[in-house]
Amino acid sequence: MQLSGNKIQPEAFSATLMDLRRGDAAILDRIDLPGDDARRLMEMGFLPGTRVTAGRSAPGGDPQVFQVDGSEVALRRETARRLKVRLEKKKTPRA
Amino acid sequence: MSECSDCHACGGTTVVEFPGSATAPKAVALIGPPNSGKTTLFNRLTGLRQKVANFPGVTVEQHTGMAELPDGRLLRIIDLPGVYSLSPRSEDEQIAHDVLTGQRADTPKPEAILLVLDSTNLGRHLMLAAPILALGVPTLIVLNMADDLRKRGGRIDMAALSKELGAPVALINARQGEGMEQVTDFLAGVMPKPAPKELPILQDVPKCRAWAGRVSGQAAYRPPIAPKWTRRLDAVFLHPVLGPLVFLCVVVAVFQTIFSIADPSKDAVDWLVRVSGKWVASVLPAGLLQSLLVDGVWKGVGSVIVFLPQVLLLFLFIGILEDSGYLARAALIADRTMAKVGLQGKSFIPLLSAYACAVPAIMSTRTIENKRDRFATILIAPFMTCSARLPVYSLIIAAFIPDRHIVGRLLSQRTAAMMGLYILGFLAAVVTARVLKSSILKSGRSPFLLEMPSYRWPTWQSIGLRLFDRSKVFLRRAGTVILLVTVLLWISMNIPYAHGKPPVLENSLAGTIGRTIEPVIKPLGFNWKVGIGLLTAVAARETIIATLGTIYGMDPKTQEEGLQKAIHDDLTPGGAFALLVFFAFAMQCISTIAVVRRETGGWKWPAAQFGYMSALAYVGAFVAAHVIR
Repeated sequence: MQLSGNKIQPEAFSATLMDLRRGDAAILDRIDLPGDDARRLMEMGFLPGTRVTAGRSAPGGDPQVFQVDGSEVALRRETARRLKVRLEKKKTPRA
Repeated sequence: MSECSDCHACGGTTVVEFPGSATAPKAVALIGPPNSGKTTLFNRLTGLRQKVANFPGVTVEQHTGMAELPDGRLLRIIDLPGVYSLSPRSEDEQIAHDVLTGQRADTPKPEAILLVLDSTNLGRHLMLAAPILALGVPTLIVLNMADDLRKRGGRIDMAALSKELGAPVALINARQGEGMEQVTDFLAGVMPKPAPKELPILQDVPKCRAWAGRVSGQAAYRPPIAPKWTRRLDAVFLHPVLGPLVFLCVVVAVFQTIFSIADPSKDAVDWLVRVSGKWVASVLPAGLLQSLLVDGVWKGVGSVIVFLPQVLLLFLFIGILEDSGYLARAALIADRTMAKVGLQGKSFIPLLSAYACAVPAIMSTRTIENKRDRFATILIAPFMTCSARLPVYSLIIAAFIPDRHIVGRLLSQRTAAMMGLYILGFLAAVVTARVLKSSILKSGRSPFLLEMPSYRWPTWQSIGLRLFDRSKVFLRRAGTVILLVTVLLWISMNIPYAHGKPPVLENSLAGTIGRTIEPVIKPLGFNWKVGIGLLTAVAARETIIATLGTIYGMDPKTQEEGLQKAIHDDLTPGGAFALLVFFAFAMQCISTIAVVRRETGGWKWPAAQFGYMSALAYVGAFVAAHVIR
């Protein structure tokens, strides 16, 4: 998936964490979950604006491990697809 | 090391003054996020002077211990549950919050706090520092895992960090004991305290994280590179094909080792029990007292104690799997299977620890936020093969199944039989969960969140403490419940006592009771002796061994035989198989019933559970007795 510009068009690519394949990274945009669930995710590092990288998964691809804010956290697909992300351009040099 | 060597001099000038002036604080709370190495520090501070209890009224375990300062003063250390925040949503967070703010009548308000954070993940872990520092209690911020930080190329300016936080800080490695003098200095009240700083708005997670990021930035924190070995190991353990294969191998290896290595140690304990029993018999005059001690207590309690090495070996393996970080991967692999029966990966860890004992397993279900998932896990946990079943299985398998190898030296028939029983219990749990979750305990799913810790070598200290703890529990049970049941049994076997002689076993009170219930258990292939064993096993499963040990030990016909041979001669193969199946399904454990009652808040669930499991055990044993004849 190649992004053409820097302008965000939410309708055009509402990608979620579930769409990431191993090694892909994206910036977390928002969490579509009820308050307490969202807060728990945020305390584990899933804050909007944070870079999330997809890691390995259990056999069958679910749940999947994500690297976020210095730790690795496993999420089920049903949760991962509630986390909307902005995809990063491939080969972006890391800060 | 250079980053922290000068941190005694860091910050301002005032010395931390605990309330109560010159004397050190009486109670110190230890808190930190999960996987911060909090328990390692607790173990290092308190060693064997630990006590585990429950906070009254709730299910959270309370670990307290005594720490000794270099000058000999003693401190009470309260190890609070691992939490990510202090906003009281789960029971764990509520307890941590209430203890730290002095709102619990049963626990003194701590006069100082040790906040343990993982130095390799400081940005995120520092978030917890905001609500803790806001309490205004003297706090030492302990950055743990200094060795990992160094090895993986991370660094931090401790003086700057202390200044930014307005609190003393220490960089330590609790596993090796490095930097511990800074912690004891703080506890002794001699660490300088910098001026307090402004803190972020506590309720706002993004703001807290931004604050933590700014503080660690000011302290020139450079996070370490990703742990190389964790990635390499996960490439194997989470490999789509190798992962489940390794999982299976680990399970087989554990059981095979329990059987092959445990035998010599079991024989050694067995020998000790027998020799000491003979010694007791030789120093006591023949008579009732000698009979009570030798035939009753020694043969009864002794036949349970011989299984201590095996039970400890099981706890050793579970401890290694947990402390190394592999258990989280196992939960990940198991999550999809758990989801199929309507549960989640988080239920997996209580269920796995139920292989050791259902009581702590049921208490640990409190980490499951969803109440219906939690109840379902509580209800199926006693089906997992707990360590109290291990002696029963071992004895009967050894008595009836020859020790032949199936696959070279890797797998013996006995191991296979044992694993079959473990699988049987697991299947009963799965089917029960499926039924519960698609009927009375149906629920929406809560998000599954599981942190994958880095792999670490387990430390001998932590494993050793666990084993010490379990030995105490096992021996206490043998010395109280089982001893009491054995003595009562011995008495009932000597009634009616006439003409200075005990009655023939069949005519004694125990024999009468046994023969009264015989018609009920006869269809299962059990005789009245096993019946008495089943009755006493309601107290605790392994009591049946003590009971049979006493019964065969008192019976002149079997007195000279070992327990294993006596059982082999007394039971048919069908009856033996039925007995195994019965034990796989039945809920014979007073402690479990009590803990279920407490956790579910009434008698309704434990009563239903006991009835269901007993019925399943009876039907299962009936079928088993008619399959093999």
